[in-house]
Amino acid sequence: MAEPFLSIQHVRKSFGPTTVVQDFNLDVEPGEFVSFLGPSGCGKTTVLRMVAGFEEPSAGKIVVAGKDITRLKPNQRNVGMVFQAYALFPNLTVAQNIGFGLKVAGMPKADADRRVAEMLDLIKLPQMGDRYPYQLSGGQQQRIALARAIAPKPKLLLLDEPLSALDAKVRVSLREEIRSIQKRLGITTIFVTHDQEEALSISDRIAVMYSGKAEQVGTPFEIYNRPATKFVANFVGTLNVLEGTVTDAASGKVRVNTQEVALKGKLNGSKTGDKLSLALRPEAISLGRHPGRDSSLSGEIAEVHFLGSVIRVRVGIGGSTVSLDTFNSPAAPPPAVGEKAEISFSSGDMLVLH
Amino acid sequence: MKSGRFWAWVVFALGAAYFFIPLIATVEFSMRMRRGVYSFDAYEVVLGDPRFQATFGYSVLAAVFTIILGVLIVVPTAYWIRLRLPQLRPVVEFITLLPLVIPAIVIVFGYIRMYGSNSPLPFLASDTGTNALLVIGYATLALPYMYRAVDTGLRTIDVRTLTEAAQILGAGWGTIITRVILPNVLIAVLSGAFLTFAIVLGEFTMASLLNRPAFGPYLQNIGANRAYEPAALAIIAFAITWACMSLIQILSRFAPRSANRPN
Ligand SMILES: Nc1ncnc2c1ncn2[C@@H]1O[C@H](COP(=O)(O)OP(=O)(O)O)[C@@H](O)[C@H]1O
Ligand SMILES: [Mg+2]
Repeated sequence: MAEPFLSIQHVRKSFGPTTVVQDFNLDVEPGEFVSFLGPSGCGKTTVLRMVAGFEEPSAGKIVVAGKDITRLKPNQRNVGMVFQAYALFPNLTVAQNIGFGLKVAGMPKADADRRVAEMLDLIKLPQMGDRYPYQLSGGQQQRIALARAIAPKPKLLLLDEPLSALDAKVRVSLREEIRSIQKRLGITTIFVTHDQEEALSISDRIAVMYSGKAEQVGTPFEIYNRPATKFVANFVGTLNVLEGTVTDAASGKVRVNTQEVALKGKLNGSKTGDKLSLALRPEAISLGRHPGRDSSLSGEIAEVHFLGSVIRVRVGIGGSTVSLDTFNSPAAPPPAVGEKAEISFSSGDMLVLH
Repeated sequence: MKSGRFWAWVVFALGAAYFFIPLIATVEFSMRMRRGVYSFDAYEVVLGDPRFQATFGYSVLAAVFTIILGVLIVVPTAYWIRLRLPQLRPVVEFITLLPLVIPAIVIVFGYIRMYGSNSPLPFLASDTGTNALLVIGYATLALPYMYRAVDTGLRTIDVRTLTEAAQILGAGWGTIITRVILPNVLIAVLSGAFLTFAIVLGEFTMASLLNRPAFGPYLQNIGANRAYEPAALAIIAFAITWACMSLIQILSRFAPRSANRPN
């Protein structure tokens, strides 16, 4: 593993008596794109602001490229930041906005102009240099905010929910644009979001946060398929949770409602009689029996939603309902509500949440 | 609907009459210096009076210094209160209102006692010192208007985020205030400056008690001793006020275009 470029070590932040971030640790490699994902109020912005220098950690330290920057002022850190609310300077043109950091740094005007033009090309708004921010759409303003942040070639790029004020279509296209620019420039980036799809689709790694702590740090694939805690499992993706009771810890048998499933090797440490939450992703469940899926439960079709290529079916099993998706097939009409149905899955896909 | 409009017009006409009749009467009176015909004699006398020119020039200069001092004090203060000490805003607002509650005469007596020639800060020992004290006093009188104007201007921008955006781009406080904050509240500062100008031109108490050759005491002197000239002076003062307002209208076109137009 390469030397981390950004290292956040045992960082804590309290405002008066309330601790908002506790023992936060994260190493980010050079050129990596890491997302902070978590519900509103979990401390994502606070961690980002400590990296930017707007808040001082109550404890712990932040190291960038081997240098402790914990006590540096924001204007000494050479960090780029994009804010949720665009924050373009309303009195300056687009070109002056992008050139602001260059001018402050004392770059000669000719060089600065060249760099601004380069940035305008990068964000695909080459004609917009003379416009004022109020003449632009939200998506354009946010691209300019991005160009302004990266124009001075910062060591780190921080983005705090940069897409949440935009409408859905722009949000998707802009997040891909941000990712491709980030890859091209190879700039180490932290991206804050509360939108799990956003985080899953563009990150190298995700730090899932909950009440001031990093619950799990991992690749999108790991976070989605092997959530470490109940919170992560629930927050990332759709999850079907079934309550079960261990009937035979030795052979791994668990009773769900009145039926039994075998979960060999998954119960680590549970005793007979323990209550467990079992979780399954919708795509891990099929309707009917299938070869290769070793477990099954029977129930009754509760709801059918025809969504076009996908049909989302909800099956009642005892007191709980599970969602699953099947592909539309012109030859076979979807099941009807009230029919008896059997669902099958591999016990290996079952997540046991403690 | 019809009668609603009718009454609206009646109220408007009453308001307009209240405003214009004294003005027209003053204009009319000011032009009757020469017996039997209308003339601008009174204006000629006033404008040709060297004391008019001297006191008017003195007050304009005092106003300019007052505006500079006011901007230097108020803009950073109002900005800092909005940025870091929002809980202090009611307190500061109260303090800025004090000059409206405490009569100018009290302030100026305080000054005379505090800054006399044998005090540790003998402002009153020299002419320059007394002029400086007058400007400081004027800045105090103008504080309620200047502070309110600037604070209203700051409300139209997101002070905190713009400050942070500038900071992370490497800017220090000087750059932030001069390149980000001030340009965005320029119109507000201008209207505060205009009010300051109007207050300083007409101010009597402070200038008179500090014995400065200002426009206010001159106005009072003429008003007490002449018949037609005071009317002409009133009209001139009125014209200056209107000229200031038009100037601000024109200047605001050149001010940052989006400053007061957040989307
Ligand atoms: N300056 C502050 N003073 C007091 N509490 C704060 C301050 N900033 C943030 N908080 C609190 O810290 C918590 C985390 O906030 P934040 O980091 O903004 O969360 P997120 O960005 O994940 O939504 C919230 O409960 C918020 O109220
Ligand atoms: Mg936030």
